[in-house]
Amino acid sequence: MSTFSAIGEEREIDRDEYTPGVEPQPTWCPGCGDFSVLKALKQALPEVGRTPEETLLCTGIGCSGKLNSYLDTYGFHTIHGRSLPVARAAKLANPDLEVIAAGGDGDGYGIGGNHFIHTARENHDMTYIVFNNEIFGLTKGQTSPTSPKGHKSKTQPSGSAKEPIKPLSMSLNAGASYVARTAAVNPNQAKEIIIEAIEHDGFAHVDFLTQCPTWNKDARQYVPYIDVNESDDYDFDPTDRVEAAEMMRETEESLYEGKVLTGRYYVDEDRPSYGEEKQAIGEMPEEPLAERYWDDDYEWERSHDHFLDKHA
Amino acid sequence: MTDDELIWRISGGSGDGIASTSQNFAKALMRSGLDVFTHRHYPSRIRGGHTYTEVRASADPVNSRGDGYNFLLALGDSFARNPQEEAVYGNEEIKPLSENLDELRQGGVIVYDEGLLDASEIPNFEERAEENDWHVYPLDLRGLARDMGREVMRNTAGVGATCALTGMDLDHVQDLMRDAMPEKILDPNLEILQTAYDQVREEYDVDAPDVGVPTGEHDETQLLMSGSDAISYGAIDEGCRFIAGYPMTPWTEVFTIMTKNLPKLGGISEQVEDEIAAAALAVGASHAGVKAMSGSSGGGFALMSEPLGLAEMTETPVVLVEAMRAGPSTGMPTKPEQSDLEHVLYTSQGDSQRVVLAPGTVEEAYEQSRIAFRLAYEYQIPSILLYDQKLGGEMTNVPKSHFDREPNPTLGKTLSEDALAEEPHSADGKFHRFQHDVEDGVSPRSIPGQKGGRFLATGNEHDPTGHIAESPDNRVAQIDRRTQKLEAIRADLDTVDTGSYAGPDDAQYGILTFGSQQGTVEEAVGRLNDAGVSVKSYGVSDMLPFPTEQVEAFVESVDEVLVVEMTASGQFRGLVQKNLGRYGEKLSSLLKYNGNPFEPAEIVDGFEAAIVEGDGDASGHQTTFVPAAGD
Ligand SMILES: Cc1ncc(C[n+]2csc(CCOP(=O)(O)OP(=O)(O)O)c2C)c(N)n1
Ligand code: SF4
Repeated sequence: MSTFSAIGEEREIDRDEYTPGVEPQPTWCPGCGDFSVLKALKQALPEVGRTPEETLLCTGIGCSGKLNSYLDTYGFHTIHGRSLPVARAAKLANPDLEVIAAGGDGDGYGIGGNHFIHTARENHDMTYIVFNNEIFGLTKGQTSPTSPKGHKSKTQPSGSAKEPIKPLSMSLNAGASYVARTAAVNPNQAKEIIIEAIEHDGFAHVDFLTQCPTWNKDARQYVPYIDVNESDDYDFDPTDRVEAAEMMRETEESLYEGKVLTGRYYVDEDRPSYGEEKQAIGEMPEEPLAERYWDDDYEWERSHDHFLDKHA
Repeated sequence: MTDDELIWRISGGSGDGIASTSQNFAKALMRSGLDVFTHRHYPSRIRGGHTYTEVRASADPVNSRGDGYNFLLALGDSFARNPQEEAVYGNEEIKPLSENLDELRQGGVIVYDEGLLDASEIPNFEERAEENDWHVYPLDLRGLARDMGREVMRNTAGVGATCALTGMDLDHVQDLMRDAMPEKILDPNLEILQTAYDQVREEYDVDAPDVGVPTGEHDETQLLMSGSDAISYGAIDEGCRFIAGYPMTPWTEVFTIMTKNLPKLGGISEQVEDEIAAAALAVGASHAGVKAMSGSSGGGFALMSEPLGLAEMTETPVVLVEAMRAGPSTGMPTKPEQSDLEHVLYTSQGDSQRVVLAPGTVEEAYEQSRIAFRLAYEYQIPSILLYDQKLGGEMTNVPKSHFDREPNPTLGKTLSEDALAEEPHSADGKFHRFQHDVEDGVSPRSIPGQKGGRFLATGNEHDPTGHIAESPDNRVAQIDRRTQKLEAIRADLDTVDTGSYAGPDDAQYGILTFGSQQGTVEEAVGRLNDAGVSVKSYGVSDMLPFPTEQVEAFVESVDEVLVVEMTASGQFRGLVQKNLGRYGEKLSSLLKYNGNPFEPAEIVDGFEAAIVEGDGDASGHQTTFVPAAGD
């Protein structure tokens, strides 16, 4: 069908195709970790063979949410915390789209926490990148759900009395079938992880450690990390839930002690995606629903012919 | 109204099968050629508590529940007592009988299950029966059902007795039981029906029934439909194939009907984590090129305020339904009210625009569900279908031909890839999704995955390509364009004429109402005119954009106007006045907010007292009269 001919188009894709022409340069602060996510995505998308026009990028609100303005795909810059429900519906409506959602730690783990848990649980086939800078950037440096206990900010001047959220464990427990953490300071790993996440058939959650030099100079994201290529060195099997959980626990505790470990933590290749599950029980069509609206030969059913006789 | 009508009330506890029994009986009456209208009353409990359904049947059209009723079938209320805890809520064992007597008309019939209920426990029962000329038939329905199978079948025994006492044939009831019941329980039920019927006929002189079933005839196939059914079928016929929701009474009915039907049409239904997600999913699906809806009731709709604004700013078509119940907060979950009107009109921040339609009848619910979709997709704007627990749940007969129309799956101004290749593009080839200078304010859109249509949808203010922009000129151009759509929609709605008028054109007085009170008002108007009061009514359906010209003409044409609505604060009257900007001295309000909808007699009484006699005393019912204010 020619309606969505950008979908599945096989050709050489230049990473510059993803650069919007008219937009000014990103308004992120110099040294911001967000640049690294943009770069990793620009590198990864052509490598997995996805064109800008078959890619739908849904973001939330925050510095991170601006990603949409600097990556020229089909985009939906939604509202604070709501990128996931918008993204997953688009995926259900047209499973052939490459759907990527992105946002900050406040956006994804705070206001959007409920959506995060449920999207992971349902295992939608999409990628979710959380720019984790342990701070609210856009609103000028308030404590976020990933800020360490004791973190001082204008809204928590005596230091946060709360334990930070453990996003990797949360994601695993909620049901994500791919969970990884990478960091802005390791561009090679970041690219690899994003490629894996996009290629994964299921909900791929990438906790992307980004630095916010403007509001959160103390965060640990600057310190060295372990490369993904060395993830075998961790001596654990990422396909084993129990081992993955143990590894995540260690990682998440050590992060605030100054030891940053990154890499692929959990991969479940066998779990069907939500769309597949829904198709299997007959609650979702085999052909993308969105295509039907362009099919001139499709006979649109009427309630008159299908459902009304039971009311007679 | 006609004297020749049956208003049959079946009462008992929630969980007693009142709803299904009454629905079948209503259908049997409809099949026998009558017009029917049902009214439900139930508490917010799973089991027990006082519940009833009325079925009104007449050879003439019926559009309201009527006043009172003339046949009571009081079933035992076995579930009023919580068997596990031995907890008794009040004196519920006798409720199905005692609770209902106030509204039983003179000369009415009472059938009660003496296996479970004891009339002697009701103070002065015999005197009251005599005074009101009630005909009382104590029958051991439970015993009969128990002897022949299972106690729960006493509903069926009650229907058999009803038929015998009203002179109604069993045929239609039997047919319906054959259609609806699984093999296993069909035969015992048919037997119980017949036995109860025969026993009553033998025991009593039923040839001249105290309350009879009228005779009527339909010249075409009728369907028994609720407002929720009609809304759902309207959505389906308009090509909606995606719904997302979170349960909340009474919106759950539409959600359930859609969920049952959509997968059969290759559509998708999603129950999600909350209402913010639900509405956001509908927006996401629509953005990806599918006709989508969501909805809720007051509290859940409050959460949708965010995605509603997002849909408006990104010009993503979406339809939300709002099934009102009594508020604020959780309010009274199973009781109707119209007090979410202002909430729906004004929710969401900024100069946010949407369409709000409020159907008045089941037929209109179908019609306006379709219009809501058409407008949403043609004008790329959120549409809200506003109705209430009463309209959602009431059932009435509608000719099948009413639904015999063409489907309309079109997405509105959406460009093909060929057209996208031609569309205005900026210097570097970017598609102008939100171009300023378009007729009627609607810029054509593209769908993700189409070649040449790449754009950014954002809840921030944006320039024609979709990118975030805060320049003053652009802001003014964009907001003017979005607002301009409402004028085009107003003109469009004028061609469909969704309002409903009753009474003589040259009447002296007027009644304005909206939504589910329309049928009741129209019945009251008929009675007032019969009684020599010259009055007409206008049931307004378009809440936004408001039909200012039409309402103005109506108000202008009469001496005084009574505004009838189920709110405590006169929200609809406020809307009228806001739009007309004057005529305050002509508008009085008749309000009801006790959890029950108006009955026609309350409107007749209220109108006569307040307008005709002018003493402002709106009868002894639980209604409130608010006089005209002056400009
Ligand atoms: C409903 C709502 N609440 C609050 C805000 C204000 N707000 C904008 S961005 C933001 C926090 C962003 O932090 P984060 O998600 O960590 O992203 P970052 O800016 O650090 O990338 C907040 C609270 C908003 N836009 N909407
Ligand atoms: S405030 Fe922080 S997160 Fe935002 S752009 Fe600046 S450095 Fe990046």
